[in-house]
Amino acid sequence: MEHGSLTDSTSSTFSIMDEDHTLANSARFVLNQDPRVAFCGYTIPHPSEKKVNIRLQTTGDAAKDVLKDALQNLMIMCQHVRGTMDTAVVNHRAKNAAEEMDVDQN
Amino acid sequence: MPKKGTKSKKEKVDDVPNEQENKLPDYLELQRTRVVCNADAPIHTQGFQYSGAFAAMGIDNSVSVDKFCKNFKIEINRLTEDYMEFDMIGIDASIANAFRRILISEVPTMAIEKVFMADNNSVIADEVLSHRLGLIPLDADPRLFEYISENDVPNERNTIVYKLHVSCPKNSQRITVKSSELEWLPEGSQLSMSAPAQSGDKQKTFTSFSQSQKEILEKPLGVKYKDITIARLGPGQAIELEAHAVKGTGNVHAKWSPVATAWYRMLPEVVILKEVEGPQAEELVNKCRVNVFDIEDLANGGKRAVVARPRACTLCRECVMGPNEKQVELRRVRDHFIFTIESTGSMPPEVLFTEAVKILEEKCARVISELS
Repeated sequence: MEHGSLTDSTSSTFSIMDEDHTLANSARFVLNQDPRVAFCGYTIPHPSEKKVNIRLQTTGDAAKDVLKDALQNLMIMCQHVRGTMDTAVVNHRAKNAAEEMDVDQN
Repeated sequence: MPKKGTKSKKEKVDDVPNEQENKLPDYLELQRTRVVCNADAPIHTQGFQYSGAFAAMGIDNSVSVDKFCKNFKIEINRLTEDYMEFDMIGIDASIANAFRRILISEVPTMAIEKVFMADNNSVIADEVLSHRLGLIPLDADPRLFEYISENDVPNERNTIVYKLHVSCPKNSQRITVKSSELEWLPEGSQLSMSAPAQSGDKQKTFTSFSQSQKEILEKPLGVKYKDITIARLGPGQAIELEAHAVKGTGNVHAKWSPVATAWYRMLPEVVILKEVEGPQAEELVNKCRVNVFDIEDLANGGKRAVVARPRACTLCRECVMGPNEKQVELRRVRDHFIFTIESTGSMPPEVLFTEAVKILEEKCARVISELS
């Protein structure tokens, strides 16, 4: 859900249900790294309500598009993390296998 | 005009920091990349998140995806069946923390949720026994199962059935019931809901499996650890029950958490500000409980303290306390995390991490689709 004014699309508050610090804090980090963002912060209005409000003010672009881009970037970062982890595990296993073989030979 | 000449020269000197682009002055770089742990409290804990924090100096503080991908690194230190420690370098705490939070409370596993008591005359009460059963880690891959909702019929795709039937004969010693006694029922429940109306009818049980789970699963299901004590039975006591395990996540109940725990710490950095020599070096080495420092012998027969094992530092701050002049500085590297995952056994830790990252991706995708 998006709360913003009809005339000014550059600042909005996004109300996301069933989310918490996990997504909001990561999104805030990515948004703050975006040069188009003038202000970004988030709040959880009540701890027993599964809801988070993300406030976003931009320097000119539509807040909605900037948020979408940020989440898209976060997804790309996640995919990169996943890929890096997979190669790291493969490398670690290969290295360990080689070391065990060395022990056997000695 | 000699005056003007000196002025322009001065301006040039002032311009020098601007000419070296992408380089912050040392003290700001330290604030940006390190948390300094002083004797009283840590400082510079927040860092600079805003992309334009150094805009006035002509320095870009933003992190593009390309930049992130270029700098991000993972180094695995230890990897076993249920334990993994790795270094995650070049990532912000907010995202590392998102992974940790998801690992603990949002990666699904299977756990016993419903217990049907046929008989229990042991000293342990039904509800306590059920709770103990719920906490037993099951050796079942949750990715092969679906969530069950309140109105769903338990079937072979969303429920695992276990049976426990033990009794202690009269005139014998007390026995201990271990988790190994839980028997997997691949054909589903054996308890009938009510007596069949006609003798020819198939008995109606608490599950409706259309096929045996043996056919859809590659390996038999069981419990991860065979030696967990469930109850103790005295002579003449017996337990007969059926336990139904379903898929769930740790935010509903900790029994569904796939990790014993998952945590991270920032890489400690111990810096000797000025040479520590002679008896002071001995004192410094003895101060540290975890042997971060070593003594190095100098050519002239003197002794000098060196930082040998910074990773062992627990940040007890013993070395930076005291009335003396500051010799040592304790810092933490802001974007270097030593991440540890302890799996409870349903999935190996590296798979758990991958699943957690996938869940964060799904969250993003969900919000993107809601915005469009």
